[in-house]
Amino acid sequence: MSQNDAAAVPILEARGVRKSFGPVQALRNVSLRLYPGEVLGMVGNNGAGKSTLIKILTGFHSPDAGELFLSGKAVNFRSPDEARMHGIETVYQDLGLINDLPVFRNMFLRREHMRRFLGVLPVLDDRRMRKETQDYLRKLRIEIPSVKADVGLLSGGQRQAIAVARSIYMHPNVLILDEPLAAMGAREGRMILDLVLELKRNYHTAILLIAHNYAQVFEVCDRINWLTRGEISFDKSVSDTSVDELTRMVMADYMESSG
Amino acid sequence: MKVGNNVNSQAVNSELHAESKPPVPKWQRTKQMLQYREAGIGIVAVLLVVVFQLLDSSFLTVANLKVVFQLSAEIAVVAIAEVIVMVLGEIDLSVGNVFAFAPFIMYFAYEAGLPLIVAVVVGLLSGVAVGWVNAILHVKLHVPSFIATLATLYTVLGITLLMSGGYPVDTPGSGWIVAVMGGAGWSVVVWAIVIGIIWHFLLKRSRFGIYTVAVGSNAVGSREVGIPTDRIRMLNFVLAGLLAATIGIVEGFNVGSIDPLAGGTSLLLEGIAAAVIGGTAMTGGSGTIVGAAIGAFVIAALNDGMNLLGVNAYLFDVVLGVAIAVAMIINIRVVRLRGTIR
Repeated sequence: MSQNDAAAVPILEARGVRKSFGPVQALRNVSLRLYPGEVLGMVGNNGAGKSTLIKILTGFHSPDAGELFLSGKAVNFRSPDEARMHGIETVYQDLGLINDLPVFRNMFLRREHMRRFLGVLPVLDDRRMRKETQDYLRKLRIEIPSVKADVGLLSGGQRQAIAVARSIYMHPNVLILDEPLAAMGAREGRMILDLVLELKRNYHTAILLIAHNYAQVFEVCDRINWLTRGEISFDKSVSDTSVDELTRMVMADYMESSG
Repeated sequence: MKVGNNVNSQAVNSELHAESKPPVPKWQRTKQMLQYREAGIGIVAVLLVVVFQLLDSSFLTVANLKVVFQLSAEIAVVAIAEVIVMVLGEIDLSVGNVFAFAPFIMYFAYEAGLPLIVAVVVGLLSGVAVGWVNAILHVKLHVPSFIATLATLYTVLGITLLMSGGYPVDTPGSGWIVAVMGGAGWSVVVWAIVIGIIWHFLLKRSRFGIYTVAVGSNAVGSREVGIPTDRIRMLNFVLAGLLAATIGIVEGFNVGSIDPLAGGTSLLLEGIAAAVIGGTAMTGGSGTIVGAAIGAFVIAALNDGMNLLGVNAYLFDVVLGVAIAVAMIINIRVVRLRGTIR
């Protein structure tokens, strides 16, 4: 907790979260705290439960046991819609973009601007959504051929940039990024990291960053949690640990688990 | 591994900064081609008309065009029902039989003493009910749509034959309701046009429409963003049933009799063919109402024109088969150009 005094109230907190899928216990007992304006890095091997944890924090799944708190108040998300309404935005690993819809439709998916055709019929206000998308992407210096282009026609980096831009458009309180740099080259990766830092600085957004690349984690994160076998077994501020320590630990665990 | 990364990042970089590219990038050419997807089948339709007119001057007479358009209308509405479920990446095999089932339900409701207008509504609701059963089977019980609607196809066919004893009946009633519901000369065509316009705008300009595309294109992503994917799926199956019931009743009034063997699988397959020829793929995420309407016209014109020319009726099936294959090949090539095959 480098920049938060111990008394601060976490903006997002999970206590004793458990989740099983049939016989598979994905999360045994996860407790985590995310403070306002903090970037928390979450690392862990494949199958450690990262995806399940995200899906619980975003209302996609509900936990078998345990509680979620937003700014100290207990919450119970029954759908991704509800989590979004509470200011939690997520960029999933698969990006969640709709390839067959144009960029501007993706930007406003599930929060479309509507207008009344002939004063009665609710129709999509495409002109407004196109304009706002164009202005916003320009502001973020994200370059694409056209906001009218189907997302499926864009490059991997462009798609990732669109996904991140969509999630931060509403200035969320909490932003969850699942492997945001996985499909990116160095330059787009840099761009996303800069976006993350800018968000934290300007809007005091709390960010949960799930990542494989420890170097990048150390560059932008304030604190690091390590999720292994459905539990968080390591919680340190970046100043108290190092890439080496983390790598050693993860390797040791990997050797152990693979026998 | 590092080297590979660098190469990759350079490639992405150059694409990200499109300003350095030539003025007409690849995607734009592809997009232009896509816009011609419906134009392509449109050109085929015009060519067909010209050829048939040259071979037989009675093709472009009001009387014959009426036949062509009425047949087109019937196929087009079934095709629209298919398009909306095909956009989801699904199929509905039951619509051809709902086409015969709904007017019989209407007939028996009328015979039971209900006013005609109420009987019509009951008939329409019977289509909704079949669509709802499809939706429950597919969405709630996770039966693949092909199997679910195959089951309702036979169930509905059987019930229709049991109810009717296998014999056709005359359509009930008279007056404006009959005229509006298909009795008046062009009302079948008017119904098809109205339905086509409504669904074109639903699919392109409404929330429901883009959610339907979204669910068909990326179901997981749609759920993640909060789209009620199950409800979208169910609603489209219910609406497919309603569309089939509507055109079945309208066609019944148009002909003046209700035939338990009307529609059926031959109409169903013509509807699917029209949707496919019009440019709707079954992979989900894309579909075109305009294309389906033109596709329906092409099938109707082929059917009628070859009839006029006295060509062996079996040749029609050969031509239709080839047309479906060609349309699908073009479609797949277009999709591949877009790079969206998943």
